[in-house]
Amino acid sequence: MTNEHEEQQKRSLSWLEFLIERAIQVSGVSAIALVVLIFLFLIKEGAPAFFKVPLSSLFAARWYPIESYFGLLPLVMGSMIVTIGAAVVSLPLGLATAIFIAEIAPDWVRDILKPFVEVLAGIPSVVIGFIGMLVFAPLIRVALDIPTGLTAFTGVLLLAWMALPTVVSVAEDVLDAVPKTYRDAGLALGMTRWQVIWRIVLPAGRSGVLMALMLGVGRAIGETMTVMMVTGNAARIPTGLRDFFMPVRTMTATIAAEMGEVAQGSPHYHVLFAVGLTLFVITFIVNMAAASVVFRQVKRAERMLA
Amino acid sequence: MSKFRLSRQTSQRIAFALISLAALVVVAPIFFIVGYIVYEGASAISWEFLTAYPYNGMKSGGLLPAIVGTLWLTAGTAIVAVPIGIGAAIYLSEYAKDNTLTRAIRVAIINLAGIPSVVYGLFGLGLFVIFLNFGTSILAGSLTLGIMTLPVIISTAEEALRAVPQSFRLVSVSLGGTHWQTIRRVVLPQALPGIITGVILGLERAAGETAPILFTVAAFFLPRLPKSVFDQTMALPYHLYVISTQVPGMPVQIQYGTALVLLIFVLSMNVIATLIRNHYRKQRFW
Repeated sequence: MTNEHEEQQKRSLSWLEFLIERAIQVSGVSAIALVVLIFLFLIKEGAPAFFKVPLSSLFAARWYPIESYFGLLPLVMGSMIVTIGAAVVSLPLGLATAIFIAEIAPDWVRDILKPFVEVLAGIPSVVIGFIGMLVFAPLIRVALDIPTGLTAFTGVLLLAWMALPTVVSVAEDVLDAVPKTYRDAGLALGMTRWQVIWRIVLPAGRSGVLMALMLGVGRAIGETMTVMMVTGNAARIPTGLRDFFMPVRTMTATIAAEMGEVAQGSPHYHVLFAVGLTLFVITFIVNMAAASVVFRQVKRAERMLA
Repeated sequence: MSKFRLSRQTSQRIAFALISLAALVVVAPIFFIVGYIVYEGASAISWEFLTAYPYNGMKSGGLLPAIVGTLWLTAGTAIVAVPIGIGAAIYLSEYAKDNTLTRAIRVAIINLAGIPSVVYGLFGLGLFVIFLNFGTSILAGSLTLGIMTLPVIISTAEEALRAVPQSFRLVSVSLGGTHWQTIRRVVLPQALPGIITGVILGLERAAGETAPILFTVAAFFLPRLPKSVFDQTMALPYHLYVISTQVPGMPVQIQYGTALVLLIFVLSMNVIATLIRNHYRKQRFW
């Protein structure tokens, strides 16, 4: 009797286990399913834009949806100018902060700094946009003596700052990954600590620094609320350096600002989805490039161990 | 030529000074932003501000519906993201072999983490609001935020699971434990503090997000509390956006007060996560 009872219990347990393990496997592949699903829905709603709006209009220079001008060029250029600017500012700053944390700062400073960088990552972008609008933009307007502080430049500085937690944490991992023996060899040859960092550690972590840059770009190009609130949202094509200090309008801000007001199924609606699809494809490429760097590093590490 | 070169010690001093300055440039604004919002917003905070409905075109009253809405959304995000996220982390850490499928999963997670938040908003609008006909609702918003939060939870939970020493698993298996029993009784309890930390950090991000809820759940002005997951709701981040850009003549004090409440909500989650992590790191015997 007891034996049978035990058998039964064991069987139900193994069934439960079977179910749980299946559930775990399904969760495991869910990430793939979700990326595919997101891609499909962006195509489903975005692709009609290319049939409903003539291609010549989409590639034109004028974005004025109320009168059916759907030129994407100013939005793409706007996103590019802000993103590239942010990447250029945040890479050296992030790298320097990572070097400071990993190589220079005494332990107690590091223990204070690292949580603060995490706090920065936790501040909602709408809060940064809010402060940017109320405090930062007026400062820029006065300091540069320009008509409005809501410019591409303002967006660049705030975005660069917001991308820093990403850049710093990736760069820190990179610096940590350089073997200690490399540093010791340099020091033993009589190099200063700075020479070791500049001539040995950074070159050894080259590919990782590249990855930090790409992830920072990915972070900056997708940022929405801050950009919408501080860049002034004028859809114009930048022509020169002067435009850096004028309002621009990015792809993300356009979607966020206009999607709430369009009729579902209208050309405008589909074009906004097409803009989203473009953003998805761009970040996909950037992240794949970053991922390939990671995998290449893993392979090299495996080779060294073998 | 070489006569004019800086000595090695001098160039080190200059480089270190510049680097320290850069670190200061990164950190100082954090103090400034948090400090300034506290300074300007503290006077707005009162019992009424936290527990009253807004009225008079949101220029008077309090934040109650926005606070409650954000609580609903945070809980909804947790319900969507935590089981799937931890399941995926267990799969990657305990089951996955080093093959093409696993690599594809990792690539997918990296990409999920990189998709712009406003694109999640579009996806949520297309799939949940329109295609599945949930309408603009807490359900649609929670699902959207949950999917967005998944990659954060998966990667931090996987890291916590992998940190559990292999010898623990071997002991359990050698005592006759099955694979799942080993995970359930040995690995998960050891990794739990790390997993909880990751979950809270993920929810913190979701709670502060605006772009994904713009078209999926957020209401401009709705002075009542949601009754079910099919209702629209106000939410703190969207409310801050609305009163700082869409409502002319808004008293600055209320704007800063709202920013402060949002900041406290989000950063207290951050502090809790850090405390949990530090507490268990000290206790750990491996």
